Parts: sequence; C-alpha cells; structure tokens
Amino acid sequence: MLDDFLFRAVLGGVLLALVCGPFGAFIVWRRMAFFGDMLAHTALLGVALGLLIGVDVRIGMIATCLAAALILAYGQRQSRIGSDTVLGMLAHSTLALGMVALAFVQGVAIDLMAYLFGDILAVNTGDILLLAVGGAFALGILTWMWRPLLALTVSPEIAAAESIPVERLRLIFMLLMALVIGMAIKIVGVLLITALLIVPAASARFFARTPEQMAIGAGLFGAASVLAGISLSWHVDTPAGPSIVISAAAIFVACGIVMTAKRHFARG
Amino acid sequence: MTAPLIEGRDLVLSFGNERVLDQVSLAIRPGEIITLIGPNGAGKSTLVKTLLGLQKADSGEVVRKRGLTIGYVPQKLAIDQVLPMTVKRFLTLTRSASRADCEAVLDQVGAGHVIDSQMSELSGGENQRVMLARALLLRPDLLVLDEPTQGVDVSGQAELYRLIDDIRRDLDCAVLMISHDLHLVMAKTDQVVCFNRHVCCSGLPETVRQHPEYRSLFGSREADAIGIYHHQHDHEHDLSGHIVDGCGHDHSHAHSQSHDHANDHITTAKEAAGTN
Repeated sequence: MLDDFLFRAVLGGVLLALVCGPFGAFIVWRRMAFFGDMLAHTALLGVALGLLIGVDVRIGMIATCLAAALILAYGQRQSRIGSDTVLGMLAHSTLALGMVALAFVQGVAIDLMAYLFGDILAVNTGDILLLAVGGAFALGILTWMWRPLLALTVSPEIAAAESIPVERLRLIFMLLMALVIGMAIKIVGVLLITALLIVPAASARFFARTPEQMAIGAGLFGAASVLAGISLSWHVDTPAGPSIVISAAAIFVACGIVMTAKRHFARG
Repeated sequence: MTAPLIEGRDLVLSFGNERVLDQVSLAIRPGEIITLIGPNGAGKSTLVKTLLGLQKADSGEVVRKRGLTIGYVPQKLAIDQVLPMTVKRFLTLTRSASRADCEAVLDQVGAGHVIDSQMSELSGGENQRVMLARALLLRPDLLVLDEPTQGVDVSGQAELYRLIDDIRRDLDCAVLMISHDLHLVMAKTDQVVCFNRHVCCSGLPETVRQHPEYRSLFGSREADAIGIYHHQHDHEHDLSGHIVDGCGHDHSHAHSQSHDHANDHITTAKEAAGTN
C-alpha cells in the first residue's frame, strides 16, 4: 500500500496533523503563531545548505530550524530590541540568505513552489518514516513535560515559585516546535505550516473544556482537514497543501456557526 | 531558633538607575505569619519575586531550605479565554490530585460548588478562593499571598484572615502576605515588615505602628488609622475591635461588627477615615 502515492499522502498528512494538534494548541495558548511562521521561513536556508553540502534536504531543514530556535531563545533574553523584532529580523534574513544560497546551487532544478506550498502528493516512504519517528519523539517529550509546560503557560509566576524550571522548558518547547516545523514543510510548505498548527486548535477551542480536550481535538480536526483537503485535490484537481488549509478554515467556520447557533437556541 | 524556610541576605537589585531592593535581609521561619506592608511602588512584589527565585538579585543571596514546598497565590490571575480550563483541572495545575481531594479543599475555602465551572466564569471572589485552594492542595511549608485582600470588602477581609489562620493551624505552614492596605493588618501576624526598598522597621503590629520610620513613611494620619484584627485567641487584647482612633476629626468614627463562627470569634473594624 505504501507504493500508492495517494495512500502515502494521506498517511503522511494524518500523522503530521496528529502531531501538530497538541503543538498547535500550545502555540495558540502561548500566542506564538508568529514564532512558528518565522521559524518556517528559516527552513529555506536549510534546503539550500542541504543541497550545497550534499546532505538530505530534510536534515538540512530540521537543522536550520533547530539552530534558528536556539538563536531566538538567546536573542529574546536581551530586552533592547523587542522579541518580535528579533524574530522578524532572524526569519527574513535567513529567508533572504536561503534564496541567495539557492542561486548558487548549480545544476539542480529546484521546485521552489514545492517548498513554499508543500508537495504532499510527493511524500515518499522516507518522509513517512521521518514523520513517524520524529513525530513520536516530539509528542513523547511534549507529553512528558505537559503538566509543567501548561503550568508555565497559565502563570510563569506560579510555575517558578513551585520550582518548575521555566527557562529550560521554554527552550525545549522551542526546539520541539522547530523539529515539528522542519518535518512539516514537505507536506504543507513554508507559507502554510502555521495554518495547520493554529486553525485546527482554534476549531477545537469551541468544544473543549480542558486543555487536554483542546489538544486532542486539534489533532482530530487537523486529520479531518488533511482528509478533506486531499479529497478536494483529488476530485477537483486543486493544489493539495492549500486545499488542506482551506478545509481546516472551512471546518473552523462550520464549528463557529454551529456553536453560535447552539448558543442562540439555548438562550431561546 | 529554628532554621528559616527561606532567607534573603543583603539583597540588592536595581532596574536601570533605580535601586529597588537596597540591602534587604528577611527570613521566614516555620509556622510564622509575616505581613509585608509598604506603599505602592515600594518593591514589595519584587522582593517576594526575588525570594521565590522569579527575579534574580544583583547581589546578595537567597537560601532556600531543601525540599521546601511553596504555595503561591498570585495577586490576580486572569486565565486567557483561549485556554479552556475547569476549576478541577486548574487545581491540579502543578500536581495531580483526586477529585475528592479537590472537593475537600474547595469546601475548605468555601467554593465547593465551582469544581466543574470554567475558570473564566468565576467571580473575582471565587477566583481568589480557587487560587488559595490550589496552593493548599500542595500542602505547602510556606504559603505566599500577594495582596490577598485587594478588592475584598471589610467583612470579606475578616473572613479571609480567619481562613488563613485556620489554614496555618491546619497545615502548620508559614505565611508570607503582601499588603498595601495599612488599615487592616491581621492581628495574628507574628511580624509586620514595613518595607520601602529597604526594611524600614519590623516587629509586632503594635510595635511597628509606633515606629517613627513607619509613621514618616505613611504619614501620621494614615499611620494612626491602622486597624488590627484580633482573634478571640488573643484574650489579653481588647475584643471589641482594637482600633486606634483615627485622625481625631469629627467625621472619624470606628465601625465595629462581630461575627460568630462557632468557637471562632472575629471582630472587624474599619476606620472611617479611610472611606470618606
């Protein structure tokens, strides 16, 4: 079955969505959407470096995302320049650097569009293996540090007073984010990865009463978006990555309408 | 003397050119109630944050007893609406607990009915009780309360002080309380620390009230207006709302009211000068 490109696309997409769910919930709670977006921009430099040095492009992307997260963590400690400015500077300089570096890569035809918007239908067995192993690793660590990370999200003061290592957890979370984003670019691309993180989480917010419900709900809504997006792509011949994002947005709007209507009727 | 649970020694901290902590030393010993009072901007919260390790001092050291459990009740905590959170889930924020334990601790603070509510649906008073309940579930050695009486009316404050005293006896923990409300200080306080970037003076509530530095910090009129809650356990003290008459003007008069709580008898009093 792994021979079938459609099956690989669905499997890869669903795996990614399940991993993105809990991470997306944290991004929404911690208001880090910009961070995710910017981190993705640095991935293009990873592509260029991978091609120039001759290592797997996926490794290059993950490595640059991890490096960018480390630099960001360091850069945000100083307060002369706002952290959003640090984020923007880093992301766009590395994006520009990546594009310039790509111009030096000779003899290789690069489908820039595939990196910007993803190429889920070209997912191969190696990608799926990476998603399965990397995703399980990222989710495993996230589960392990779930309670303290959530406490830190609710109140850094309470967390620190009760001996939770705040700085260390922040750094680990950023590194895990970098890993997830590095893995996700193949599927939905640099420009759309944040959507897959935040839109399903936002949909899940309508129904969740606890953080855990929202995290799991986000994974399920994400998986549904992947399935709907690939079907759309298959039947109407639309680009797959953007179709997934459109599906996620449509699910959000539908959830919003249902909940508003429900509240309206409940009030009489 | 028993070893302190937590001790700050010669803490110095500046923000830019402004010195916020100036050679501050403060020790909290087991079972003790300390009230930290000082005007707004005195650096009370900064001092507590430094003691808790939330803020690094430029110099000086904080010594924490090994394995110390601190229950921290922040001044105000508005949980973002984007984060769904039931009261039950919030109580187990940093440590797991059974539903029965959660119910018991909510009952103790008088908020038993909210266990399944969303945090965002709570009233200000309920929110504060839930904050306190969460700290209690940890069975802390030290309970830290940042301005617990803020926005609470006088009878609510009396109720809160009674609760804190019950908790202290129940858990045998020390209490560190921040207050900018000079008018009402808990009579059970072992030590009032009057603070304005440095420790101005400290001691029993009555002692501090007479201290010249205290009087110069808050002004004699305000200083006189301090009211002290007394518990029935203090039989040597006046039961009928031990209050120092305020500024002596005609409009100044003291209210006093009593609540009977089984064996617990609290007298509350309010200096009218503070409310006119």
